[in-house]
Amino acid sequence: MRADPRALRFGAAITTVILALVLILGSAWLLALQTLAFALGAFWRQPYGLLFKALVTSSPEETEDPRPPRFAQAVGLVFAVVGLVGFLTGITPLAFTATAAALLAAFLNAAFGFCLGCEMYLMIRRLNPGRVS
Amino acid sequence: MWVAVATVTLGVVVGLGRLLLDGRLRAKGGSMVTADTLGAPLGERATLVQFSTAFCQPCRATRRILDEVAAMVPGVAHVEIDAESRLDLVKQLDIMRTPTVLVLDSRGHIVKRASGQPRKADVIAALGQAVSHEPSHNADEM
Repeated sequence: MRADPRALRFGAAITTVILALVLILGSAWLLALQTLAFALGAFWRQPYGLLFKALVTSSPEETEDPRPPRFAQAVGLVFAVVGLVGFLTGITPLAFTATAAALLAAFLNAAFGFCLGCEMYLMIRRLNPGRVS
Repeated sequence: MWVAVATVTLGVVVGLGRLLLDGRLRAKGGSMVTADTLGAPLGERATLVQFSTAFCQPCRATRRILDEVAAMVPGVAHVEIDAESRLDLVKQLDIMRTPTVLVLDSRGHIVKRASGQPRKADVIAALGQAVSHEPSHNADEM
């Protein structure tokens, strides 16, 4: 199934707000929710995208390859898990650094349409050429 | 609180910087690419080499731009390389992102290089430079 770029952008905006709230409130629970959203996005369907589809019924002008945003969700998941580990072990700098990195990527996607996670793909392949996706 | 504000501020700076610098064609002399390493014949006058991945949204728009330019200027070839299947070349040419566009002159010297989606006018200008390299190279070939 092709991805709707509007839904991706919408999802990035919600992710930005949630991650900013995690940093402002220092809330591990909220980060846990976002971690779940990343996991669903990486392995099943992005929940915010589903919300967008429920709200907006018109079809998009053009669609995108769903693999890049899915990969980016997996990258987000890694950072969110590291952030959660930071909160759970009480290593606050780790929690905040990891959450801030995920927030930066989500914000760039929402505000400018840049997908940092997607661009990391080639870098990761360069370091790890053996793995086939 | 401060971390959130600082991160978003950094995001704005990075985003604006990217808007400004992305896809700029920079002079990048020295390296050379042959038809053999490329796996495709070079253009008669110049070649536009594009590195792409499946995981790359701007690659599609870049492909459209380069195809249009190649169709417009005679003797110019557009070669698209799947970066994942040519990691050797990616490492050799130090390609960090996709799309990366290389502008080669008729002999395969890299004249210009852009990472990110280049503007059409910039590509045409860079081609002008690549083609003007041509007479001297052809002269020592003949």
